Amino acid sequence: MTLHLAIALDGDSFAAADWTTPVRQADEARLDFVTFQDSFGGRRPDAVQVAARVAPLTRHVGLVPVATTTHTEPFHLSTALATLDHVSRGRAGWQVRVSADPAEAALLGRRAPLEFDDLFAEAGDVIEVVRRLWDSWEDDAIIKDVATGRFIDRDKLHYIDFAGAHFSVKGPSIVPRPPQGQPVVAALAHDERVWSRLDVDVYFVTPDDAGQAATIVRRLPGKKVFADLAVSGRTTAETADLIAAWSATGLAGFRLHPGGDHGVRAITGELVPELRRRGLFTPSPRRRLRERLGLPPAVNRYQEVARA
Amino acid sequence: MPKQIILAAHFPGVNNTTVWSDPRAGSQIAFDSFEYLARTAERGKFDFFFLAEGLRLREQRGLIHDLDVVGRPDTITVLAALAAVTTHLGLAGTLNATYHEPYELARQLATLDHLSGGRAAWNVVTSPGAFFGENFRRGGFLDHADRYVRAGEFIETARTLWDTDGGEFAVTNSQFDIRGRFGVPRSPQGHPVILQAGDSDGGRELAARHADAIFSRHHQLDDARRFYRDVKDRLAGYGRAEDSLKIIPGVSYVLGDSDADAQEKAHHIRRQQVSPQTAILLLEQLWNTDLSGYDPEGPLPEIDPVLDESDTIIKGRAGMYPDRLATANEWRARAEAKNLSIRDLIIEVTGRQNFIGTASRVAEQLDEYVQTGACDGFILVPHLTPAGLDDFVDQVVPLLQERGVFRTAYSGTTLRGNLGLA
Repeated sequence: MTLHLAIALDGDSFAAADWTTPVRQADEARLDFVTFQDSFGGRRPDAVQVAARVAPLTRHVGLVPVATTTHTEPFHLSTALATLDHVSRGRAGWQVRVSADPAEAALLGRRAPLEFDDLFAEAGDVIEVVRRLWDSWEDDAIIKDVATGRFIDRDKLHYIDFAGAHFSVKGPSIVPRPPQGQPVVAALAHDERVWSRLDVDVYFVTPDDAGQAATIVRRLPGKKVFADLAVSGRTTAETADLIAAWSATGLAGFRLHPGGDHGVRAITGELVPELRRRGLFTPSPRRRLRERLGLPPAVNRYQEVARA
Repeated sequence: MPKQIILAAHFPGVNNTTVWSDPRAGSQIAFDSFEYLARTAERGKFDFFFLAEGLRLREQRGLIHDLDVVGRPDTITVLAALAAVTTHLGLAGTLNATYHEPYELARQLATLDHLSGGRAAWNVVTSPGAFFGENFRRGGFLDHADRYVRAGEFIETARTLWDTDGGEFAVTNSQFDIRGRFGVPRSPQGHPVILQAGDSDGGRELAARHADAIFSRHHQLDDARRFYRDVKDRLAGYGRAEDSLKIIPGVSYVLGDSDADAQEKAHHIRRQQVSPQTAILLLEQLWNTDLSGYDPEGPLPEIDPVLDESDTIIKGRAGMYPDRLATANEWRARAEAKNLSIRDLIIEVTGRQNFIGTASRVAEQLDEYVQTGACDGFILVPHLTPAGLDDFVDQVVPLLQERGVFRTAYSGTTLRGNLGLA
């Protein structure tokens, strides 16, 4: 089977070229996606904007920024990611992050840090709201019917009426449904307590060996599980050997951490050709990230209700 | 050298100025549309591109408004993408001080300023109402009287963060109590350009104190000069020079081969902008009650407007009529005198284009506004997405350049530099 390949970018540069160069390399190598690290209080640019900044300059690669559920308004999160999907023509994703850090909370000044259970329960609520808002416009809501003077069929727009323990959101979204319907949602899954709480498509894990990787995959049925893998400190052949050894575990693929300025070039210029030679990686011809990853088409939950 | 004109391109909005029924009208959400208008503006050597913000879809009679363009993107995400396809053009967006937070917004604007090489601008607005609040964690928490307090403290706080060069800050005021490390090194402009939208006394004072430019309403020449004078005279009180605050009204225009041709086109566009259904809807905004039973081609209602302002029929838009009954009587008298239907009347009394004529006449009028102290430039609001500025850039810009009042090449390296701001 062919594996999916991603690159984790965690640079701290504010110069656009330091982002466009590696992302274009990943795009040209036909990698499936790149992730953009982010956190509040860290010295690096806003990841959603970095992803948007590189979107018009790339054509294939998925763009998956980290964004934090704990402080950012769920409505803004949903519309920003939907917009990233529009500007990238269906290549947007989102790596969910939560914040338990009091120093981050003090930057916003709106609330005290939450304990683990509340933090993840709330993150689950935020993902639910973000997803509902993405579905709050049906794909064919824009009708432009001159005879009746109507631009939209308002019956195809839906209030989401979410009310949870920490916030409520009325909807619908201001942004028409994104090209993918539902952009790809990802999260770290190092702590297995999060597994049942978050409705995500892609999990990032760090197994110690192939056996552990296979166990995790078995316990996360229906999810695309990616192993995080540091490339630095290994030769291309060693990395390729490791990927080959883990390729039969059921992992969907690997997220490679380049480490250092030349890491991306080493991945795209050396490792990717080697994996292609070994038949472990075949670039997908698909342009939309869901399709690249083999995720099913995103059925609109409100359209389903309307049909029922 | 005559005074130089500032020009900006407003992406068509979600109101009936934007004509969607025209066969040439393109998508309001596809990135191609934003890219097209931004590239057109940059081809025309414009100062900046402008994008408004949506926080909730408009409603009328408790239903989602369906007669105008509906749906728009997240502001700053589109601006970041436009930074990739333009080089000199400023990138301005509305971001609401009520429903954003200073740390997050200051970080986003500083990031945009870095990623665009010094082209970021922020149009500050506030919304007190509970209507938008239903989409946000904190709800509609802001009293109407506090909106300029929040806007002012928000701007001061953002400036404090931008001045840290990525280091530590601590801010405590009536709206915010925040501290920590900002994390974004000083951006190319230092402070992104700040626009303030709103012509009220409070808005003028806020602008005089904090803003680099006012996105104002268009006025006739004499009123515009009075507005200009009033705002500029407030600057000295804050120790500011007169040219440190630019006044840039949003304006519409129609070009024709002759003045008569332009007038005819303008009337055609007005009829597109005011469909029969839209005529009733705009009438309801004054009458503040359901008028769906009235014939748009018939006479105005004999019933009087509903004066209860606590529950207006339209949600998600600022109130426009301070004295509903007086305006209604005025409209009825006018319709009767000229034998106008509801639709004809609405076409006459709402939103007529501001500059109508040949390219040469429009260039002359725009220049007169700027040279005689009525404004410093214009935010042009086209009625078609995305090609609505093509004729202006092709026909009017060269005439302004010939007059020596508009650049033929970008000279500054940042938006601030192009605007002549310190």
